[in-house]
Amino acid sequence: MENPYLPYPVRIDDITTETEDRNLKTFKFVFLNPEDEKKFAYTPGQFAELSIPGKGEIPIGIASSPTEKGFVAFTVNKVGLVSSHLHNMKKGDVMGIRGPLGNWYPWEEMEGKNVVIIGGGFAFTTLRSSIVYMIDPANRPRFKDIIVVYGARNPGMLLYRDELAAWEQRDDIHMHITVDATDDPGWKYNVGFVPTITEQKITSADNAIAIVCGPPVMIKFTQPVLEKLGFPPESIILSLEMRMKCGIGMCGRCNIGDQYVCKDGPVFSLAQLKEMPPEY
Amino acid sequence: MTTRIFTKEEWLEALKAVSGSYKVFVPARDGDFHVFRQMENGTVPDFGYQNTRLSPKSLVYPQSERMFQYTLDKDDPDANTLKEAKKDFSPQAIVGIRPCDAHAFQLVKLNFDNPEYKDPWWVKRFESTTLVGLGCNEPCATCFCTSVGGGPFDERGLDVLLYDLGDTFLARTLTDKGEALLNSMNGGEQASSKSLEEADALSLKAEGDMPAALPMDSLKEKVLNELFDAPFWEEVAFRCLNCGTCTFLCPTCWCFDIQDEIQGKQGDRLRNWDSCMFPLFTLHGSGHNPRDKKVQRVRQRFLHKLKYYVDKYNNGVQCSGCGRCVRYCPVNIDIREVLQLMNNYG
Repeated sequence: MENPYLPYPVRIDDITTETEDRNLKTFKFVFLNPEDEKKFAYTPGQFAELSIPGKGEIPIGIASSPTEKGFVAFTVNKVGLVSSHLHNMKKGDVMGIRGPLGNWYPWEEMEGKNVVIIGGGFAFTTLRSSIVYMIDPANRPRFKDIIVVYGARNPGMLLYRDELAAWEQRDDIHMHITVDATDDPGWKYNVGFVPTITEQKITSADNAIAIVCGPPVMIKFTQPVLEKLGFPPESIILSLEMRMKCGIGMCGRCNIGDQYVCKDGPVFSLAQLKEMPPEY
Repeated sequence: MTTRIFTKEEWLEALKAVSGSYKVFVPARDGDFHVFRQMENGTVPDFGYQNTRLSPKSLVYPQSERMFQYTLDKDDPDANTLKEAKKDFSPQAIVGIRPCDAHAFQLVKLNFDNPEYKDPWWVKRFESTTLVGLGCNEPCATCFCTSVGGGPFDERGLDVLLYDLGDTFLARTLTDKGEALLNSMNGGEQASSKSLEEADALSLKAEGDMPAALPMDSLKEKVLNELFDAPFWEEVAFRCLNCGTCTFLCPTCWCFDIQDEIQGKQGDRLRNWDSCMFPLFTLHGSGHNPRDKKVQRVRQRFLHKLKYYVDKYNNGVQCSGCGRCVRYCPVNIDIREVLQLMNNYG
């Protein structure tokens, strides 16, 4: 019997500080046993439990794409006991990863459609995974236009800045990067909140699916914008966060109604969420 | 299927003899209450009990259990790698378990043993457990097993059912596991038709003594979001202390926490029972808490048992009708009343 609680041992291969407040770091992990990488076959939108012996586990969205081989990456905000400890760990340290867990963005449904990606703050991690996945040459023909609206408080709080700049240069993805405010005279992108920029830049809901990830306040104000544009609730896809322990729908804490965010989610359509109690 | 009758002395002797090949757990007096205790020298079983205060769920699902062990010693080549903790899954028998508590394992099984994931420890321990039920000649005032599809002599979830006929126990095997246990027990003889009739009469009488069954059929049809917003939750929750007694005693409450404990360089990953009554259960790292108010936690407990479980598994309610939460709630919150509030709403 496979033990779903047993993490794969991994080594920290690289650590990147993402934001100027140094609260977000991206950790690249390499599996100690190469065959574990095959077992850890994931799809963008899924998460995993990062497991630090002596400290515990935290559920974190997978930031790398399955098209990137040889490693798996997570961007972690420094919040509590485990994430603070992780931020102090070093290249070469050994820990564990348990997963992949949860469901994923509706890739089959998105095929042949325009994909609108809307992200805010540090909730851009599984969206990064999704973008890298979609613009991979093998996958790009499966999707029509890819339009990205991504905002942070200020330029220094944007994740993956080098990649954002590279995506800006491409003609097969439309990037709309924005910040709430900046005093940087050299800032060449948008200034304004994500819902406002969404309203300005997204012109049609035709044959489109929108994936929205961000802080609750961003989601709250983006939702009506999308609905006004004509996105039906079935075509607005959200990813939720919850306190989790087991990650496999057994420990009982991450439920919303009869749905476990860890196993039945974390990805839900707005149509699904409207049927569920507003307890998240 | 075998039916054998034992004098009570023979039964005790047979249990003592079989406790070499099974870990045998029996109800025993503990102060003013009863608990399940392993048959060893000095254990005095008391089959004249009504029910244990703590449910026997801990015999399959311990309150605290070591999941993994590890070392943080950097000189050890396996440093920071989790290893499965050694566990004892040798056969065990819970003898004298009440039918409601046995059925509770079947309700909980849907959580720990499903097509996608299997909890290896729960599954292995459950598989190694034989449940010898003792029918309830005199149900308690707080019992409502017949409301949840059970009964004082309900066979579901049992491997053997015992009837207390006064000076004798009549044992009826229900599964291969039960058959195997009874085959390894000495003594007793083939039950006469007279004692079989006596057993049937006992069971009929006990069922007749049960209060009228509460209706459960409308729960599935209720619209969840309407029930969720019902004003009666404030009233139900008002006197709740969030003490967690109900979830602790409940044979069908399965929620748990996972924690790491270290001593020096040696560490354990443990799993401990948890409770939806506690605010920490759902507190996010960010400080946000979707169930930070008492009323939300009380609503969660009842909706989980009486609505979410019903909708998710199509297997009735997540309650075996044992009545422990009713009996031991310090402020007399009664799940039967909450059920009626839900039935009557909307």
